[in-house]
Amino acid sequence: MIRYLMVLLIMLLPIEALAISAEDVMKKSQAAFHYQGKDFKSRVVMKLISKSGSERVRELTMLRKNFGEAGGDQKFFMYFFQPADVKDMTFMVYKYPAKDDDRWLFIPAINMVRRIAAQDKTSSFVGSDFTYEDVSGRDIQDDKHALVKEEKLGARDCYVVKSVPKAGDVDYSHKLSWVDKVNSLPLKEEYYDKKGELARVFTADETKDVKGFPTITKRTMKNLHSGHRTEVTYTKTDYNIGIEDSLFSERFLKQPPKKWIE
Amino acid sequence: MSIRRLEFIFCFGVFAFLMLPFYATASDVSIHGFAQGNYSFGARTNPEGKDFKWAEERFQLKLDVPKESFRLFIKTDASFDHIDEKGSLELREGYIDYTAQKWDLRAGRQIITWGLGDLIFINDVFPKDYEAFFSGRPLEYMKRGIDGVKIGAYPEFASFEFIAIPVFEPNNYTDARRFYMFDPMPNVTNREEKDPASNFKNTEFAVRAYRDIAGFDASVYFYRGFYRKPYMIPDDLNNTTKITFHYPKLSVYGASLQGRALDGVLSFEAGWYDSRQDRKGVDYTVPNSQTKFLVGYQRQLWEDFTIGLQYFTEYMHDYSEYKKAQPGGLPKDRKTGQLATVRLTQLLMHQTMKLSLFSFYSTSEGDYLINPEIKYNFSDNIWAAIGANIFGGGEKWSQFGQLDKNDNVYLQLRYEF
Repeated sequence: MIRYLMVLLIMLLPIEALAISAEDVMKKSQAAFHYQGKDFKSRVVMKLISKSGSERVRELTMLRKNFGEAGGDQKFFMYFFQPADVKDMTFMVYKYPAKDDDRWLFIPAINMVRRIAAQDKTSSFVGSDFTYEDVSGRDIQDDKHALVKEEKLGARDCYVVKSVPKAGDVDYSHKLSWVDKVNSLPLKEEYYDKKGELARVFTADETKDVKGFPTITKRTMKNLHSGHRTEVTYTKTDYNIGIEDSLFSERFLKQPPKKWIE
Repeated sequence: MSIRRLEFIFCFGVFAFLMLPFYATASDVSIHGFAQGNYSFGARTNPEGKDFKWAEERFQLKLDVPKESFRLFIKTDASFDHIDEKGSLELREGYIDYTAQKWDLRAGRQIITWGLGDLIFINDVFPKDYEAFFSGRPLEYMKRGIDGVKIGAYPEFASFEFIAIPVFEPNNYTDARRFYMFDPMPNVTNREEKDPASNFKNTEFAVRAYRDIAGFDASVYFYRGFYRKPYMIPDDLNNTTKITFHYPKLSVYGASLQGRALDGVLSFEAGWYDSRQDRKGVDYTVPNSQTKFLVGYQRQLWEDFTIGLQYFTEYMHDYSEYKKAQPGGLPKDRKTGQLATVRLTQLLMHQTMKLSLFSFYSTSEGDYLINPEIKYNFSDNIWAAIGANIFGGGEKWSQFGQLDKNDNVYLQLRYEF
């Protein structure tokens, strides 16, 4: 009973009264951005747009299931619809917070499941401006975080956090994140290269409420050096749909169940 | 001949059936495929005098019809070969799936890929098309389907595949009209091939059990069937007038392990080839039993650049018997054979361009194959690849050495929908 009263008391306190640390902001942001719900499903359309305006489209269903708390283990399952040369391919990731991920790719033309050795920190996801890490999240403890300022981004009050990688394992020197004070989603991120110049910019272009979970449904990553950008739209997004553990297996990589990928 | 005819009838029968308006749930039917041009130009003219190792246009149609727990999948190719000036139709895959909670079944022509090797096969005992590989066709054509039934079973403690293949399908090797190859008896033209008869006793069985062990993917394999490579039986060694090719009985017991290690992916595979027709190794028309090992390592060194290394070794059992039994005029295999491979892959331009280099080098024979390739996706639907196959080294009978005069440059151009 006392515990519930305490929780109630804390909830009644105005947020400003709590001296929130940069690390807490990033932890809450990670939970809101990458760990909402027990599981998650979405149809993802990525438009890869070159400086001259030519477009390539990647379309996939992304399924995710959490194993444990926010910041803990996760499993991802992806099924590709487009482009034609990767249609019916599936891709699976076991993500662990403190060590390298396990990844498997299924190639339907030869009915083969193969582990792949890509490093998530620098590898582009399907040729887009997003890295694997941008898609599935970066470990909080990989960076040193500092609260730079608080400011409005459009109409939203944000914390601005500077994150500096502890190891030189990524191709940027630091990142600035504008984290929404209310829903903890990152509304904007700026990645600075090793010379300190702004290299990539992430923007959350549309946020919707799905089953009570604020969800970024449109996002863009722009590479300022190349002029290339990737626009991503999430549709048919859903949470807590009861994805079974058994989905994340060689069996279903080879024969993805219709009910999950549609 | 009759199988080809059957294929033809089957493809079109099923096609016509599916096109019937009976399939009111047309929204579920998906049709995809490609149109492709594939040409391979030889560095010298073929034995029969032509310039190309391969020259064809090909059209593939893939039809996928799911219906509740069932699914029908058909993949057929129609192609026109400019070297022999003939068209052909091939059912690449055609099967029905049934899926239940804890098991599933696939019946029909299907491609099965086992084992961990990159173009080195120990436990992948299923039919291959080496001609496709050496002629610069897209890599998927190196695998051929089996006509059989596969049952998958998925209890908690492990997963299983059970395969039965009633109709024997041999590997396809290079055509002597298009490729220069070693022939120990070139003057004997009377040749016959004897496939194992299709009966219950000759039905091939294969089982694979797999599960996770401490973060590694572990598999064990068993196969009981036949060698898919033909072995020759001369009618009379001293005065050969006829050669019969046969496919000796074979069982394979194997295992593999793959997981994350040393900042990359590490693979191990092993297999024991039990040559059931000649366990003592005294019959020169049947290969001796062998043990085979493979170690593979794959790692990303920088963004979009991956290196893959493999080392393979095979060891012949009863080698002294083999040496005694092997007739004088025929080349002798070594007791152990070794093969190393390197694969380098660099993706560029938002992964629309792929530069790759694959190479075999036999450290025991000294022969090699080098296969560089550039592939570019012009759009989401059109890609082209240009590459080369360069053979050499070793003896005039070793695996790649005998193909020395067959270097070729190839083009693959595909529109996919």
